[in-house]
Amino acid sequence: MSVLVYTENWDGKFKKLSFELVSYAGKVAEMMGTTTTAVTIGEVSDDELKLLGKYGANKVICIKSDNLKNLDSQLFTNAIAQVAQSEGSKVIVIANNNSGKAIAPRLSVKLKAALGSGVSQLPLNLSPFTVYKRAFSGGAFAHVVLKTDVKIIALTQNSFDIAENSKDVKIERIDVQIDAPKTVVKDVQKQAGKLLLTDAEIVVSGGRGMKSPDNWGPIVELAELLGGATACSRPVSDEGWRPHEEHTGQTGKIIAPNLYIAVGISGATQHIAGVSGSKYIVAINSDKSAPIFEVAQYGIVGDAQKVLPKLVDAVKEIKGK
Amino acid sequence: MKILVCISHVPDTTTKVKFVDGDTKLDANGIQWVINPWDELSLTRALELKDDASTGVKSVTVAHVGNATTEPTIRKALAIGADDAIRVNAEPTDAYFVAAQLAEVVKKEQFDIIMCGIESSDYNNSAVGGMLAEFLDIPSVSAVSGLKIENGQAVITREIDGGKETVTVPTPFVAIVQKGIAKEPRIAAMRGIMMARTKPIKLYEPVAVESLTEYVRFEMPKPRAACKFVDPENPKELITLLQNETKLI
Ligand SMILES: Cc1cc2nc3c(=O)[nH]c(=O)nc-3n(C[C@H](O)[C@H](O)[C@H](O)COP(=O)(O)OP(=O)(O)OC[C@H]3O[C@@H](n4cnc5c(N)ncnc54)[C@H](O)[C@@H]3O)c2cc1C
Ligand SMILES: Cc1cc2nc3c(=O)[nH]c(=O)nc-3n(C[C@H](O)[C@H](O)[C@H](O)COP(=O)(O)OP(=O)(O)OC[C@H]3O[C@@H](n4cnc5c(N)ncnc54)[C@H](O)[C@@H]3O)c2cc1C
Repeated sequence: MSVLVYTENWDGKFKKLSFELVSYAGKVAEMMGTTTTAVTIGEVSDDELKLLGKYGANKVICIKSDNLKNLDSQLFTNAIAQVAQSEGSKVIVIANNNSGKAIAPRLSVKLKAALGSGVSQLPLNLSPFTVYKRAFSGGAFAHVVLKTDVKIIALTQNSFDIAENSKDVKIERIDVQIDAPKTVVKDVQKQAGKLLLTDAEIVVSGGRGMKSPDNWGPIVELAELLGGATACSRPVSDEGWRPHEEHTGQTGKIIAPNLYIAVGISGATQHIAGVSGSKYIVAINSDKSAPIFEVAQYGIVGDAQKVLPKLVDAVKEIKGK
Repeated sequence: MKILVCISHVPDTTTKVKFVDGDTKLDANGIQWVINPWDELSLTRALELKDDASTGVKSVTVAHVGNATTEPTIRKALAIGADDAIRVNAEPTDAYFVAAQLAEVVKKEQFDIIMCGIESSDYNNSAVGGMLAEFLDIPSVSAVSGLKIENGQAVITREIDGGKETVTVPTPFVAIVQKGIAKEPRIAAMRGIMMARTKPIKLYEPVAVESLTEYVRFEMPKPRAACKFVDPENPKELITLLQNETKLI
């Protein structure tokens, strides 16, 4: 009756998100008085699998199959469902990211298990099983009762602190019976080694108030100095000032970094919908009445062109550069 | 080839939501209802594909699960250019319920490509598309940012961490779309609005399905601490505050 957590791996490696998921699943298992099993698909070394034990997994199952090389929502769902059934899992934890969103809804139908997605806290209650989730694009939160015997929780990235909770982890490698995939990958374009916006803990973001793509130098520099990533508002990516993958908001990426620095961004509802999960928001804007200051904890009313270089210098100073 | 676009009926994206009845229900007072932004973009892409004779797309249908009050939203989709519409006459109670209703529609009407948005801006479940595909036992491709039809075959671009992939799947399948699927939503022209009045909206009565979830209470986001303003002449103070108070840098 364990808690099952699906931990994706990236070319055989886990990342912070994986540990967040396992930490979360471990805490849910504790609440329920049961154990945690993690499942991953692909080629992963024993040492890497053992890392999950450090965050609370009692058992790690690694599924290998030539038919599971690329994400095929149907097949991945079948593989995870088989494990959930053989483990007798009552709760399944999965990330609310691209691959989680591809799998969790299918799993919900396959197992007739209620799905709560965009969850950002531990369950509020076990009976009835109630989760706390994002609703109305960040304009509200909802308490949602998952009414079935088996439940699926799709956890928001960066919403749960990782916590070490070492377990004597048991590793199991299994083969599952899976058909040939229907999703055929023809071509992959991937930038390796770049910090993903969704993984970044600090994000520096520019809006139309930056005036021109030529002014982005200090935004990029600030992000680099802080070990963060860059983002932008929609008009900026629409104009082609910045790449589309930086577009943040309701119709772009939804992120929840620890620190979001918005420069020359007015703070339209649709933009805030993508960043309201940030722990702290800093705004730099020349207009004191810009709505971004209503959601920011720190603000500078001023001209970005003048303020940014001074900020870069100040960060260089503390970083000793 | 026939395309189905599933549309969700949601409060306008600038709405500041409020709740009533002890925070259990959305206060619908004064809300402007619109087509969910993703679904508007799906519809736009479907119509672009139909406009191009080489794709072989013959019709674009929209489907919605909702009661009669949602008809203006459906008419808007028809005005934008959908050929016809289907409404399942039921109060949608959760994603599972909605997907189960849509599955019945697809079984009866047979579509080649079914498009859903990655998220409905109201209940934010990112669930209906994948659930629908599982009910029908057909493939689904998620995070779709491009959809083309080449020699009768659907060629899909999907987003992956740090990049994109080009994939193919056999029809019928569900495409779960996100940014990139179309550039700007198509707007209804006067002629479209006139024509929409006479386009058919087929009614389906719902099948009996229980919902698996229940939204029992809503709450507003926790108020954030008021903004501390730093002198623009001395941005260094901001860095000091971030160091001392947030310990993040
Ligand atoms: C359905 C829908 C979905 C949308 N989705 C998104 C989305 O996902 N993401 C998104 O971002 N937007 C989205 N939008 C657009 C959104 O409504 C706003 O138009 C957009 O966020 C504004 O971008 P901005 O803040 O960069 O520009 P503006 O609103 O033009 O703001 C520029 C700001 O810069 C400030 N400024 C000007 N000069 C300076 C200076 N020298 N120094 C400092 N500050 C300066 C100004 O005071 C102003 O506040 C959506 C809209 C719709 C209708
Ligand atoms: C007054 C009112 C009250 C509601 N109360 C609830 C409630 O308490 N709980 C609840 O879960 N839902 C409720 N809904 C329904 C909600 O609007 C959605 O239709 C449905 O729940 C799916 O939302 P989601 O976040 O799960 O969609 P997602 O899974 O995020 O939606 C993804 C995609 O699925 C498709 N889709 C979503 N909904 C529909 C639909 N109705 N018809 C056709 N295609 C659709 C669209 O393509 C959409 O882009 C209510 C709706 C109204 C109007």
